[in-house]
Amino acid sequence: MNKENVIQELKALAAEGMPDEPEVASAAPEAVPEGEEEAKPKKKAAPPEPRKNGLLEVDYAVKGVHVDAQVNSDQVVRAAQIADEAGMSLEAITGVDWIKDKEMEVIYDYSYTGGECFRLVVRARIPRDEPTISTISEVFPGANWHERETFDFFGINFEGHPQLEYLLLPEDCDFHPLLKDFKGC
Amino acid sequence: MSSQALSQHKERFELNLGPQHPATHGVLRVKLLMDGEYIVEAEPVLGYIHRMHELMGENRTWAQYLPNMGRLDYLSALSYNLGYVELVEKMAGIEVPERAEYIRVITTEMNRISSHLLWFGAFVLDLGGFTPLLYAFDDREQILDLLESVTGSRLTYCYYLFGGCYNDVEDDFLTGCLALIKRLRSRMPMYHKLVTGNVILKQRLEDVGPISAEMCRKYGATGPVLRGSGVNYDVRKNEPYSIYPELDFDVPVYSEGDSMARYMVRMDEIDQSMRIIEQAIAKIPEGPVMAEKVPKMIKPEPGDYYHAVEAARGTFGIRAVSEGKNKAYRMKLRSPTFSNLSLYQETSKGMLLADALALMGSLDLVIPEIDR
Amino acid sequence: MDLGINVVEMVIYLVGIIAFAAGNAAYLVWVERKGAAHIQRRTGPKEVGPFGLLQPLADGAKLMSKQIIFPDGVDKPLFMIAPLLAMVPAVMIFVTIPFSETIVARDINIGLLMIFAFASVNILALLLGGWASRNKYAVISAARGVSQNVAYEIPMLVITITVVLISGSMNLKEIVATQAGPFWNWNWLPLNGNFLGPITFIMFYICSLAETNRAPFDLGEAESELIAGFHTEYASMGFGLFFMGEYANIVIGAALTTILFLGGWYSPFPDTVPYIGQAGLWWFLIKMYLLIWLVVLIRWTYPRVTLWSLLNLSWKILIPFSLLNLLASAGLVKFLA
Repeated sequence: MNKENVIQELKALAAEGMPDEPEVASAAPEAVPEGEEEAKPKKKAAPPEPRKNGLLEVDYAVKGVHVDAQVNSDQVVRAAQIADEAGMSLEAITGVDWIKDKEMEVIYDYSYTGGECFRLVVRARIPRDEPTISTISEVFPGANWHERETFDFFGINFEGHPQLEYLLLPEDCDFHPLLKDFKGC
Repeated sequence: MSSQALSQHKERFELNLGPQHPATHGVLRVKLLMDGEYIVEAEPVLGYIHRMHELMGENRTWAQYLPNMGRLDYLSALSYNLGYVELVEKMAGIEVPERAEYIRVITTEMNRISSHLLWFGAFVLDLGGFTPLLYAFDDREQILDLLESVTGSRLTYCYYLFGGCYNDVEDDFLTGCLALIKRLRSRMPMYHKLVTGNVILKQRLEDVGPISAEMCRKYGATGPVLRGSGVNYDVRKNEPYSIYPELDFDVPVYSEGDSMARYMVRMDEIDQSMRIIEQAIAKIPEGPVMAEKVPKMIKPEPGDYYHAVEAARGTFGIRAVSEGKNKAYRMKLRSPTFSNLSLYQETSKGMLLADALALMGSLDLVIPEIDR
Repeated sequence: MDLGINVVEMVIYLVGIIAFAAGNAAYLVWVERKGAAHIQRRTGPKEVGPFGLLQPLADGAKLMSKQIIFPDGVDKPLFMIAPLLAMVPAVMIFVTIPFSETIVARDINIGLLMIFAFASVNILALLLGGWASRNKYAVISAARGVSQNVAYEIPMLVITITVVLISGSMNLKEIVATQAGPFWNWNWLPLNGNFLGPITFIMFYICSLAETNRAPFDLGEAESELIAGFHTEYASMGFGLFFMGEYANIVIGAALTTILFLGGWYSPFPDTVPYIGQAGLWWFLIKMYLLIWLVVLIRWTYPRVTLWSLLNLSWKILIPFSLLNLLASAGLVKFLA
């Protein structure tokens, strides 16, 4: 598996999605104020800049992954194909509800099981009012259940999914528990 | 499950391997469309023991979430504990003393042996051999007694804390472990002679439920399922954590991909775990078992963190999204059996019912881990 | 009017046979539970009576006190007949089995034929029980059971015909009489004209295991796949009759094996040895119970075979071998005569 190849292709992919940004490879991580946020409200610092599309090579010892890439929501299938061609396998699909940014994030974890240790994370952000993203279950059949689970918890609609029904919650359920404004039923 | 398929062929019928069934090891429901004795389609239906651990992760502080880890896969709870505490230690930059690392590895490997022994007994029970279960449980009871003397629990352990272990171990725990290993070493040939070498068992397991390495990759299967298909991947070797780099052990890999290969991988893993425990006991240093400065409130830097360990069933991964607060913003638990079971629908097409159950047993399912 | 029947004798035999069949069925459960327990390093029943000997009585009382449930939509007449068909023929077969030279209820000339006629009714019990239960698991189990029973009846009958050929009669007492003497005179050795010798004995034993649905051939009631197979829906005495019928069948299988191959009531030692050289009822019982103990041991040692390997064993191995044996034995008998 050609690690450099994967990195190059993902960089190119992420660059495609952002036509007006000159250089993406060295995007800084979120500019969060250093130190802990106190429990009592303080004078707020400027809100952190949203992370731009791009690819970061992060510290494996701290973050647990080697490469962290952010792409557009319509590019996730291509990113999955890049990972598939490199011989990686899908570990997990996670959804995150960023209610303050009015967005949801879908995180794909890929890992290489063929020998060399390489972990890849691909993220995509989608608007919270209409959470739709294409399914990668054509590329990785294992994504079928992961996407169903993410649909269960967040209500994200995976376009093209063969069977987008409730997996873990009951079939007659109509709520999505992990949304931040879910108050119980 | 298409109703078209049902109506076209009048000999087909739908059978429900319901949530209450002796062979599904937990509350798993499998909707079977059968043509006589052959399975046309098998669809697992999950959610009967879904307790929403991921939402609990958002409502509890990092330290309050520790007991939840034992309830996921109760048979190898210490591996899950290990994954979670190592993740938080990674995030908060807490260093663990060496003695604590050794104790962690010893207890985790003991837990792995007890999980594999239970799998062995229950698997052969599914195939109709009622007796090995009780022999395996005899050995397992001794392991449980030893671990109870150290951790206080028999099954759902919560022994590791951020920065080390809850209690120190006494010397008689270590001698007890060595005595247990000696006894288990003398029992394993008996298991192999009576069970592995049994003609009927071989007939039931060889060439049953073939899973190729490519299928494992596509579905994300890990653990003995992956190693039984010829792929040499073990998180303890490929992405070492704790003190595994200092210990010398092999990773059993069998390339046939059938149920017998997965069976042999787990039996060999018991031997390898015994080797690890012996080496760790020989090398364990004196010292403290808790780090000196563990912050009371853990507030990691905002961002995502991921950590993976090798549980008894495969790669257990946790992804924690932190906003810098004392609680997680999102706690995602990646359970190995979830991905292992997702290939069942594809693999069991066209199999005999008895073979499909042998395949399910060889995947080593623990349903609370799938449903979380 | 003299019917040739002694009424008192008949009543004694009637009561005796029913008591023997029922008592065996009840106490073999105890033997099985204790045997299984000691193989599995536990103790088994020990609370009720010394060594748990009164456990079968407690179980019987419990079963009788439960309600007989008829699930919705079952075929009631068939549902009720099935357990009877499991138990009654088993008891009937005891009528012709000679326990010793003098103890036999009815010495019928074609006793062997009657035994097999009644044994075939056992399959009906399985089929009716599974079909009438209106439960898919039961139907699958009944289908498996029928194909298994049919497949194993054939080699059983062929081997029996071989023994009849060698002994020259279908009368059970005469079959035993031709084996008079110590163990080298019995039918399990080729000396008597049985071409394949001990192999035939083992084949017959395996067939009797398969006929009675005992492990490792217990696909009909594969507990971890089909819950309880054809008797899933039966409660209380319906289940009790199936259960007792199974053990009665095991006793019959063992008794038949003893008569056909192990010389019935003859002692394995020559006549000249004092005490233990005497033929009698007790040798018959010892041989029969040793075979039954072996059945129990086999159940708790081996896992279950799959349906295909079960049918393969019968159609591809047992039937050709038993037919070969029959032809060769017929040739030998002609040659030696």
